Amino acid sequence: MSIILGLLTLVLLYIVIVQISKASDLIKSLRSGDGQEESFGNGALFTSVIGFGVLIYSLVTCYIYAPTLLPKPASEQGEWINNLLNVTFVLTGIVFVITQALLFWFVYKYHYRKDRKAYFFADNNKLEVAWTIVPAIVLTFLIGFGIQKWFKIFSPAPKDAILIEATGKQYAWSIRYAGTDHTLGKRDFTLVNPDNELGINWDDASSHDDFMADEIVLPVNTPVSINIGALDVIHNFWLPHFRLMMSAVPGVPTHLWFRPTVTTEEMRKETKNPNFEYVLACNKLCGSGHYNMKKKVRVVTQEEFDKWFSEQKSYYATVVLPAKAGDPSKNEMEAKVENVKAGASK
Amino acid sequence: MQTTTVTNPHVDEHVHSQGHGGGHHHTETFISKYIFSLDHKTIGKQFLTLGMLWAIVGGGMSVLFRVQLGWPDETFPLLERVFSSWFTDGKLNPEAYYALITMHGTIMVFFVLTASLSGTFANVLIPLQIGARDMASPLMNALSFWFFFLAGIVMFASLFLPTGAASAGWTIYPPLSALPQTSPGSGNGMTFWLIAMVLFVVSTLLGGLNYISTVLNMRTKGMTMFRMPLTVWALFFTAIIGVLSFPVLVSCVVLLIFDRGLGTSFYLSNIVIGGKALPYAGGSPILFQHLFWFLGHPEVYIIILPAMGMVSEILAVHSRKPIFGYKAMIFSILGITVLGFIVWAHHMYLSGMNPFLGSVFTLFTLLIAIPSAVKVFNWLTTLWRGNIKITPPSMFAVGFISMFISGGLTGIWLGNSTIDIQLHDTYFVVAHFHIVMGIAAFFGMFAGVYHWFPRMFGRMMNETMAYIHFAITFIGSYLIFWPMHFIGLSGVPRRYYSFNEIEAFAQYGDLNKLISVVSIIVFLGQFVFLVNFVWSIYRGKKASQNPWQANTLEWTSPIEGIHGNWDGELPTVHRWPYDYSRNPDSDVDFIPQTVPLTEEEKKDKIHH
Repeated sequence: MSIILGLLTLVLLYIVIVQISKASDLIKSLRSGDGQEESFGNGALFTSVIGFGVLIYSLVTCYIYAPTLLPKPASEQGEWINNLLNVTFVLTGIVFVITQALLFWFVYKYHYRKDRKAYFFADNNKLEVAWTIVPAIVLTFLIGFGIQKWFKIFSPAPKDAILIEATGKQYAWSIRYAGTDHTLGKRDFTLVNPDNELGINWDDASSHDDFMADEIVLPVNTPVSINIGALDVIHNFWLPHFRLMMSAVPGVPTHLWFRPTVTTEEMRKETKNPNFEYVLACNKLCGSGHYNMKKKVRVVTQEEFDKWFSEQKSYYATVVLPAKAGDPSKNEMEAKVENVKAGASK
Repeated sequence: MQTTTVTNPHVDEHVHSQGHGGGHHHTETFISKYIFSLDHKTIGKQFLTLGMLWAIVGGGMSVLFRVQLGWPDETFPLLERVFSSWFTDGKLNPEAYYALITMHGTIMVFFVLTASLSGTFANVLIPLQIGARDMASPLMNALSFWFFFLAGIVMFASLFLPTGAASAGWTIYPPLSALPQTSPGSGNGMTFWLIAMVLFVVSTLLGGLNYISTVLNMRTKGMTMFRMPLTVWALFFTAIIGVLSFPVLVSCVVLLIFDRGLGTSFYLSNIVIGGKALPYAGGSPILFQHLFWFLGHPEVYIIILPAMGMVSEILAVHSRKPIFGYKAMIFSILGITVLGFIVWAHHMYLSGMNPFLGSVFTLFTLLIAIPSAVKVFNWLTTLWRGNIKITPPSMFAVGFISMFISGGLTGIWLGNSTIDIQLHDTYFVVAHFHIVMGIAAFFGMFAGVYHWFPRMFGRMMNETMAYIHFAITFIGSYLIFWPMHFIGLSGVPRRYYSFNEIEAFAQYGDLNKLISVVSIIVFLGQFVFLVNFVWSIYRGKKASQNPWQANTLEWTSPIEGIHGNWDGELPTVHRWPYDYSRNPDSDVDFIPQTVPLTEEEKKDKIHH
C-alpha cells in the first residue's frame, strides 16, 4: 500500500512540475510575442548563484572535514607522500578556485543583452603558449618531486630491516616473521597441502625459526621489509595510517619497505582516542568478504618488540615437528619424493 | 526496406533530387522506418532511447547499493519484495551488492557513456554537420546499433542467472573473474559478461569505422577538415581511439575465456584454494591488467571527447562568439588522443609491475593535463566578453566545464604515482572519476540533447523543466561526490559492502546517509528530464528552422527531417563554423557556413 501511495505522490509531483513548467514557458513566449526581447539575465543569475554556492560549499567542506582525515603519517615514507599531497592540494586548489570563480562570474557578467555585441576573439597565440607553458612548468615540478620520492620508496630495503611476509587469501591475511635468522624459509607452490597452505619447504632450515603472528607488531624507527603475496585472487596490502599500499598478486611476488615512526601509544595520544589501533585492510575487490579482511597492526618500542619477539614460538617447532614425530614414515617418504624432485629439476 | 544505399556523393545528389526528394515518395513500413531503419537520424534516436533505458537501469542499481551503504543496519522488506533474490532478511546480500556495483560500472561506462553517447551524436551530427546524405555505410551503421542491442540483451539476461551477474568489478580482474569457486558471479554471470562485451566491441567497431570513413570521404563541397565543427573533430578522434583500442579488449577477453574454459594459464599461476593447489602455472594476472587498461584508459577519452566537442560547439553558439583557439582545440584533442594511448598503466602503479614503469607512466599521465588545461582556458576565454544566452544547452555546457575542472584537477593527484600510493582504489578515486568522466560526460550529453532536440524532433524542450533538472543534477552531483574526496583521504577503500567492520573507516555514517538520500533525489530528478523529453516530442513548442541561430549545416537541412537530409543539391560550405559576431556593424550576429565570403573577409587572414 505504501509503495502505491509513494508512487502516486511521485507521479503527482511530476505532473505538477510539468504543469508549472508549461505555464512558465508559455508566459515567457507570450512576453517575447509582445515584442519584448527575451531576457537572459535571470537564467544567468540562476546559474551563477548555483555555481558560486557550490564553490563555497566545496571550500567550507574542506574545512569541516579536515579533522576527519587520517592523522599524521605514521611512517617516514608516509611523510614524503603526505608532503607531496599537500603541495598538490595547494596548487590544484588555487587553480580550482580561480577557474570556477571565473567560469560562473563570466556567465553572469557577459550574459546576453540586446544592445551588446560579443567580442570577436578567435585566436591569440601568446595566450595559447602561456597556458601551455605555465601548466607544463608546474607539472614538471610535481612530476620531478613525485618520481624522486617514488624511487626512494621503492628502493631496496635496508639490510637491518625486519623481514615479514604477508599473504592474502579470501578473506584473511596470514603474517609470517623471518625469526631470529632474519631469513624467511623458502616456499614452493607444489608443496601446498591442507596442513601447509603456504607451501613452506620444511627442508629449508631457515624455515624452522619462522613464526606466524596474529597481528603485525613492529618496533618503532626500525625499517620493516614486507614480502607480499596472495594465494587465490588479487588482494591489496593497505596500511592507511602509514600511507602505504601494494597489491598482493598470486604468482607475482611484490614488496614494500618502510620505517614506522609513531607508536600506537603515541598515536592514541595524538588522536585523543584511547582505543586507536593501526589496521591492515584489503584494498582490492577480492570477493564477497572483501570489506572485512583486516589485521591489527601495532607499533611498539624496541624493548616491547624484543619481549614480544622472544615469546613467539616457531611454527616448525610447535606444529610440524610434533606431527613428524607422530608419523615418521610418512614424512620420510615425502622427503624422499622431494629429494627426487629437486634432483630432477637440477 | 529501403534499398538505395547512398555512398557516392556525386551519384546520390542525382538520386535524391529525383527519387528521395521529400522522403515520402517510397512506401516505408513502420518496421523499416522506425525499427530496422538505415537512416542515420533514426539510428541516432535509437541509440539515445536505448541509452536512456540503460541509464535508468544503471542509475537504479546505484540507488540500491547506496541504500545499503547509507543504512547498513536497517532492513528493507519492501525492497526485498521487489528484488527478492538479491535480499536476505531485508538486507542486500554482499554477493548481490558486488554484482550491482559491477553492473552499474559496466552499464554506465560502456552502454550509456560509450555506445549511447557516441552512437547518438555521431549519428545525428556527423552527416548533418559535414553535409552528407547519410553515413558511408548505412547498413553497417544499423548493424552497429543492433549488435549493441544484442550485447545489452545478453548483459541484462545475466542479472537473472541463479548464480548472479558478474561481480568482480567492472574491471573484472582475474583470478577473481576467472575462478567461479572464488565468487559465484564468476560462474555463468561472467560468461554472459564476456560474451556481451565481445558483441559490444563488434558494435563499436562497425560504428567507429563508419564514422571515420564518413568524416574522411563524405564532406560536402567546401567542407575542408579545418572547416569542420569541433563536434565532428571530437567524434572523429573518438572513433579512431575506439577502433584502435577496443580490439585489444577482445583479445584480453578471449584469453580470459580460454583460462576459464580451456585450462590455459594466461592470467593464472600459483593459485591455492582451500589448501589445494590448482594446476595453473606461468601466467600473470598483471598481463590481464595491461591488456584491459590498454582499452580501459583510452575508454575514458572515448567517453569525454564527444562531450568536449559538443560543449565547444554549444558554448560558441550560445555565447555568440567564436570558440577561442579553434586549432588549439583540435590539436589538444589530438594530443589527448595520442597521449591517451601511453598512460594506461597509471591504473596499475601498485599492481606489482616494475616500479620503474610507474615513473614513466607518471610522466605521460601528467602531460595529459596540458592539453586538458588548454581546453579549459579556451572555454573560459570563449565565455569572456561573449554575449551569453543562458539556455538549457549552455547551462549544461557550463556545468560540464565546472565538473571537468573539479575532476580534472584531482587527476593530477592520482596521476602522480607517489600520491597514488595513498589514494589508489580509495573513495578519492570514486569521487575523481565520477566527477570528471561520469557526471561531466552526462552534462555534455544533456547539453547535446537540449541543443539538438529541435534538430531531432522538430520541437523545443521545455526550459523550466530543464532548469529544474539542471539545479537538481548539478547541486546533487556535488553533494554526492565532493564529500567522497574526504572519505577517500581518510583511507576508506572503494568497493566496501559496509564500513562498520573496520573501525578506522566507520566514522562517516551520517555522511553516507546524506550521500544516499541525495543520490535518490538526483535519480528521481532525472525523470524530470525524461518527462520533458517525451512530453516535448509530442507537445513541445514547434522549433523554427534555426532556433539557436547557429552557423553549422545541420540547421540548413529541413527541420522535419527528410531522408537524404537535403532536398536537391547538398549545401556548399564557404567558411569555418564559428563566425559569430564577426561583423560588429551588422544586426545579425551569425554567418552560416553556407554564406560566401565577402571581398573584405577574403583579405582578412583569419579563418575562412
